[in-house]
Amino acid sequence: MNIKSLRLSFVPVLVVLSAIIVCWYVAAAVLNTPWQQDKFKRADNNDYSLVELLSGTMSQERPVLPSPHQVALEVYNTTVKKKITSKRSLIFHSGVTLSSALLGFAMGTLMGILLAVAIVYNRALNKSLMPWIIASQTIPILAVAPMIIVVLNAVGIQGLLPKAFISMYLSFFPVVVGMVKGLNSPDASHTDLMHTFNASSAQTFWKLRLPTSLPYLFTSMKVAVAIAMVGAIVAELPTGAVAGLGARLLAGSYYGQTIQIWSALVMASVLAALLVMFIGLIGKLVNRRMGLEQHG
Amino acid sequence: MNEAASSAFEKVIEINNLSLTFKTSDGPVFALNDINLDIERGDFVSLIGPSGCGKTTLLRVIADLEKATEGEISINSVSPEQARMQRAYGYVFQAASLYPWRTIAKNVALPLEIMGLSSAMRRERVARNLELVNLSGFENKYPWQLSGGMQQRASIARALAVEPDLLLMDEPFGALDEIVRDHLNEQLLKLWDKTNKTVVFVTHSIPEAVYLSTHIVVMSPRPGQIHEIIKSDLPRMRNLDIRETPEFLSLANRVRDGLRAGHSYEDQ
Repeated sequence: MNIKSLRLSFVPVLVVLSAIIVCWYVAAAVLNTPWQQDKFKRADNNDYSLVELLSGTMSQERPVLPSPHQVALEVYNTTVKKKITSKRSLIFHSGVTLSSALLGFAMGTLMGILLAVAIVYNRALNKSLMPWIIASQTIPILAVAPMIIVVLNAVGIQGLLPKAFISMYLSFFPVVVGMVKGLNSPDASHTDLMHTFNASSAQTFWKLRLPTSLPYLFTSMKVAVAIAMVGAIVAELPTGAVAGLGARLLAGSYYGQTIQIWSALVMASVLAALLVMFIGLIGKLVNRRMGLEQHG
Repeated sequence: MNEAASSAFEKVIEINNLSLTFKTSDGPVFALNDINLDIERGDFVSLIGPSGCGKTTLLRVIADLEKATEGEISINSVSPEQARMQRAYGYVFQAASLYPWRTIAKNVALPLEIMGLSSAMRRERVARNLELVNLSGFENKYPWQLSGGMQQRASIARALAVEPDLLLMDEPFGALDEIVRDHLNEQLLKLWDKTNKTVVFVTHSIPEAVYLSTHIVVMSPRPGQIHEIIKSDLPRMRNLDIRETPEFLSLANRVRDGLRAGHSYEDQ
């Protein structure tokens, strides 16, 4: 990596990030102004300057929209300044959510691959299974999640697993779709070649179809890991969970702690972004090994 | 059939009244019509013709990649399917079709893995066949690290690795530039002479067909059929200079006339 390519990859990211922050500040000022004006009015202070008004909108305890630095400070206070074991530590809550998201992601990926193999090798399954798989994703997860939790609880499954199931429910879908495409993607001549070698269909699977599908697998895993994270958070909402980013969101909304909500949201999106980047990096290495990407 | 006949006139491929019709939504496409062709052991047979004349389809029927709808075909006196299952032929595609995630040695070893050969045997055969196509020393390279000509040589080594008596080649040098193509033609001829294999070679280049072949099968399109089979009197072992001789030029002219005659009715 030289300086030029570093600049090429970081400059656009920084530009977008600063644009988001500017918009966020503007929105915070606009949205928090009515409350701030009301506050001045109640204090019989009709002689405030614009600077006072603006700084007021940025420092409310329960703003409609917290400003970026308030959220940043909250994230800092609840990560760096709290012990990991503390119930108020955001790292502790992230860990809880992350563990069920990753377990669900792993199960979902495995299930997705197995379903894809079944679909590709069995035309009847392709016809019968695919509509159900698509239908499964049209049901709003928010409606299904409580039922899954309740049903699993009734059969004695508690803790990490029910949440992981919901992550799996969401994340297997992109893997099925990606892998069905990937397993069907070998060139005609590559497939003909296997035919001329009189290869069995198991040999064709392991030596041709599976290797060819790997780039598709990693692309779909990037989507899957992000929605596994969403699934884990959603799963924490109906259970009244005491730990996890979802629990933080719920507690925040009970007590109108908008800053807490936003810091949990920021944490969740940063985690999801890091996971996607990590999968992307592995995918890139695999692609390179598969000779599918230009070697620099 | 095997004992006395196995001298010079053993038939490797026998095709009688073979036709192939593809059914499409636009109605039937007559890809091959009434093909009769015998190929003897050690022959180098080129199938030449304009695109759409069915030369590649005919090669694919021989390789059991397509099924004939009518007529008879036998390879070594058995059906193409049985011949394929015995791995009686090696097939070289137009594109090298190497697996990009495998090294050159692993690509050549692919059919041997499928046959279930021991790793020692695989190593020995890979080394021998890579040497045959002058690619020793490139075992651990990946396909993208090799030029187009080298990739195609690797794919020939892969086809030879199963040690077939019959080599089926579908415009193997079509995508290469002329200098590389000349060079590979020369090497292929040496290889053919050294190993005494039977070769069926699809091309649309007249000089290539005349330079390489003992028999040139001129085909014409719509429906795909054999227009003429021209036997070459050129010596078995030739070098590139032969292309300047009157014999070569007259042969090339005969092929050209054949192609033109096969084509002419199309304009009516």
